[in-house]
Amino acid sequence: MSKTLVSMTINGRPVEEAVEPRTLLVHFLREKMHLTGAHIGCETSHCGACTVDIDGQSVKSCTHLAVQCEGSEVKTVEGLANAGVLHAVQQGFYQEHGLQCGFCTPGMLMRAYRFLQDNPTPSEEEVRIGMAGNLCRCTGYQNIVKAVLHAADALQHNTVGA
Amino acid sequence: MIPPAFDYHAPRSIGEAIALLTELGDDAKLLAGGHSLLPMMKLRFAQPGALIDINRIAELRGISEAGGMIRIGAMTSESELAASPLLRQKLPLLPEGALLIADPQVRNRGTIGGDIAHGDPGNDHPAIAMALDATFVLQGPGGERQVKAVDFFLGTYLTALADNEILTAILVAPFRPGTGYAYQKLKRKTGDFATAGAAVVLRIAGGVVTEVAIGLTNVAPTALRAAAAEAALIGKPVNDATLAAVAQAVRLACDPAADLRGDIEYKTAMAGEMVKRAIRTAASRCS
Repeated sequence: MSKTLVSMTINGRPVEEAVEPRTLLVHFLREKMHLTGAHIGCETSHCGACTVDIDGQSVKSCTHLAVQCEGSEVKTVEGLANAGVLHAVQQGFYQEHGLQCGFCTPGMLMRAYRFLQDNPTPSEEEVRIGMAGNLCRCTGYQNIVKAVLHAADALQHNTVGA
Repeated sequence: MIPPAFDYHAPRSIGEAIALLTELGDDAKLLAGGHSLLPMMKLRFAQPGALIDINRIAELRGISEAGGMIRIGAMTSESELAASPLLRQKLPLLPEGALLIADPQVRNRGTIGGDIAHGDPGNDHPAIAMALDATFVLQGPGGERQVKAVDFFLGTYLTALADNEILTAILVAPFRPGTGYAYQKLKRKTGDFATAGAAVVLRIAGGVVTEVAIGLTNVAPTALRAAAAEAALIGKPVNDATLAAVAQAVRLACDPAADLRGDIEYKTAMAGEMVKRAIRTAASRCS
């Protein structure tokens, strides 16, 4: 099976690579691009640890082929901070203790980043439903909800980086 | 986790995709949202030699109204169904159902056409389509044909779709004003397939049900249209006695598979309960 040339933009940087069609996006990002923030927590598309932003939508990169990203804008957790200034969702998770082992965190952050653009002023219930594609074994979610609400508030009041 | 190797094609038109299907034969599979197919390939349950990606075919997308029918392109994502102002106004059962499917990330990729074409009894759209009396548009080398939802599902993962056909659109008549609707889904957690589910569309006049359609999810090898249960409801008021008779008819129609979601008795009982709840909710939405 021959390789296919694929061009995409990752965190603002144009990338062109030859990939096997069967290469999952998460493996492409981690192994070819050395963007190892996105994690793999399952093989059944449940956990969301591999969540990245593709063309303005949260996608589980374990269930998307790298070849499907031809022409796409991909954003990973490494692209969240702006010139070293944390994005509001990163600041929120830090401030509210929304992580412990940190394995779900990149996926949680990428989901929160998009969720807050789709719903800038969510209720607690909307946060829980909006983050339902991301599993966490450490936090019990409580502080993640606080972290997302903290980020929502910060983004509304322009107090931290977006 | 590691899918077997395959060739990848990304046609730009339905015609090109059908030509590829015809040329490559049953070694090829259509790749839509990929959230059933890729999981099966990652577990090596499916090992197609070629994937035909239909995500770049614009004519498979979009929700529109024409000739008194609503046309939903097969590649419309669950997120797009949930957010569609046209569907919220004229077919609100679809957005309600879509939001009970999977999770936000999966809904961004998974499509209504793929959910239907997969033919999994655990999927929600088959029963919803039956309750909506939807028509599926299938296109093959010889042209287009239409199949009613009630005639489409032949067995577990088996549908009326031929190997060289593409499900291109779902056609549904918009609700007339005053139509009640509901989808009730019992599940162990957000994102799980239903233990049992019931889709109901009904109309009430003069205190009695004048029209009703009931679709059942995951309580048989395919989604079911519960005709006997519908007959038990027509001409009756929605009360405890009627609902007991309807639930009994539903239980008799069930043929669920025992698994980690429960045994046959439990799933059968829950199908009856979901139908009662869906009918009560639908009735409360009638006017």
